[in-house]
Amino acid sequence: MLVLEKNSLTEEIEKLVEKHGNNRSSLLSILQEIQQKHSYVSDFAQQEVARLLDIHPVEVFSVISFYAFLNSSPKGRNIVRLCQTITCDMHGKEAVAKAIERELGVKFGETTKDKKFTLEYVNCLGMCDQGPAMLVNDKVYSKLTPEKAVEILNQIK
Amino acid sequence: MENKDKMRQGPVIFSEYKQGEAIKKILTMSREDILFELRESKLKGRGGAGFPTATKWMLTAAAKSDKKYVICNADEGEPGTFKDRVLLQEYTELLFDGMVIAGYVVGSNEGIVYLRGEYQYMYNDLLKFLDEMRSLNLLGKNILGKEGFDFDITIRLGAGAYVCGEETALIESLEGHRGEARNRPPFPVNTGFMGKPTTVNNVETLCAAAQITVKGGIWFREHGTDKSTGSKLLSVSGDCNKPGVYELPFGTKITELLEIVDAKNTKAVQIGGASGVCIPKSQFDRTISYEDVATGGSIMIFNESRSMIKVLKNFMEFFVEESCGQCTPCRVGNVKLLEGVEMIEHNNYTFSYINKLKELGKTMQVASKCGLGQSSPNSFISILENFRDEVFNSNGGKHGN
Repeated sequence: MLVLEKNSLTEEIEKLVEKHGNNRSSLLSILQEIQQKHSYVSDFAQQEVARLLDIHPVEVFSVISFYAFLNSSPKGRNIVRLCQTITCDMHGKEAVAKAIERELGVKFGETTKDKKFTLEYVNCLGMCDQGPAMLVNDKVYSKLTPEKAVEILNQIK
Repeated sequence: MENKDKMRQGPVIFSEYKQGEAIKKILTMSREDILFELRESKLKGRGGAGFPTATKWMLTAAAKSDKKYVICNADEGEPGTFKDRVLLQEYTELLFDGMVIAGYVVGSNEGIVYLRGEYQYMYNDLLKFLDEMRSLNLLGKNILGKEGFDFDITIRLGAGAYVCGEETALIESLEGHRGEARNRPPFPVNTGFMGKPTTVNNVETLCAAAQITVKGGIWFREHGTDKSTGSKLLSVSGDCNKPGVYELPFGTKITELLEIVDAKNTKAVQIGGASGVCIPKSQFDRTISYEDVATGGSIMIFNESRSMIKVLKNFMEFFVEESCGQCTPCRVGNVKLLEGVEMIEHNNYTFSYINKLKELGKTMQVASKCGLGQSSPNSFISILENFRDEVFNSNGGKHGN
């Protein structure tokens, strides 16, 4: 990481700490914003958050490792989360998953080479009446068919 | 918010309500009056545990502290539950008014909605709604001109952890820690968020409280049964022609429900999500209520074509993934139960071992620290008991050759 990049990240985190408050209970909100912008929370970002909140970096890492929506290593720019719970499964999740895997050439749990997509399974999205469902970043899509799912992903830049 | 004209039908939650109605009403009521109505209504927590709401609010109100919190648990992660999604999107005013009332009763001026990360797409709409409430003076300082009646609501996002639906894990998460459940006691009503008295209520409970405030405890009690008053929102999914959210009075029979949602050839109904129980056809005359089959609202219907062992495997995989790993019965137990299911799937089991696993499940129910491990063996035990024939004796009893 360049010194310049580090400085700008530090500045960004300082602003987040100011926005959410300089206390432990702001940790999750701060990490979520970093995650959203950079698609992961780097080691350096973790150290800076820890320094500014006056906690040990390991504490920050332990929180990141706990939550499914936070990660400490880079992912694709778009995260596709397909619901794997039984009702979505019964309504054809498997076919949707296979179609997406074929189209993007990677399996669930992997990231495409161009870093555009990361595929993940997720537990119940609360769309059971309209399954199968998936989240792409923070948008939800329901009543998927293999064709529709691929079309949605193709429209993402 | 959206779909406003799409009116849903229901006796309590979905009955008519105008924004601010409950707040206007409490301007002339004392905290004791509201608590009295709540106690009359016998409202119990709608998240699934069924703790009397009036008691929870009274304990929080009685706790001495300069700062108290009202937390709305909008972290519905139970597989098959989506009623809170509907309430948050279509009955936002009812929920937020309910929170204001909770704040008034317990003496808190700060409310927090813990919204599950998967529902992030609602976040901006909810913020906008809160701004509108502030401009109507339904939130903020001196609400509707009542001196000293201050209350405001913030929204915090979860980050994809099922266990954070447990109230103490939720509080840990809000405080910026891993979502690991705390020992209880002390209960959140005394030592909650930031160590202050806190009432944590389900979305549906707060909505019901707002309706009760307007229409009274007696009105509420007219619906449902003696021990389970009022109605329940049921999230119905699976093999039926009309999935969706239904509001039905407690005491509704499973057969009646199946008729309403137009389900055919039903073999099994999973009530209460992955942590609930699986009811076979022979018991479809049981009722949905705290005294019979309790539920947080998840109803999953399986028809004759479904393999119950596959369903069970899906549930156990879920628990292995979502166990926070803090206590051993849950962390190790769920893995063992899943292994057992896989053994059955591959015809590589002994009955004595499966029976041992059932015993293990019963140990987990008493030895786990929080509701996750205490309830995760439910589906394992109920599916293997209730669908013995299908699981072990199908194929003319030659299963396992």
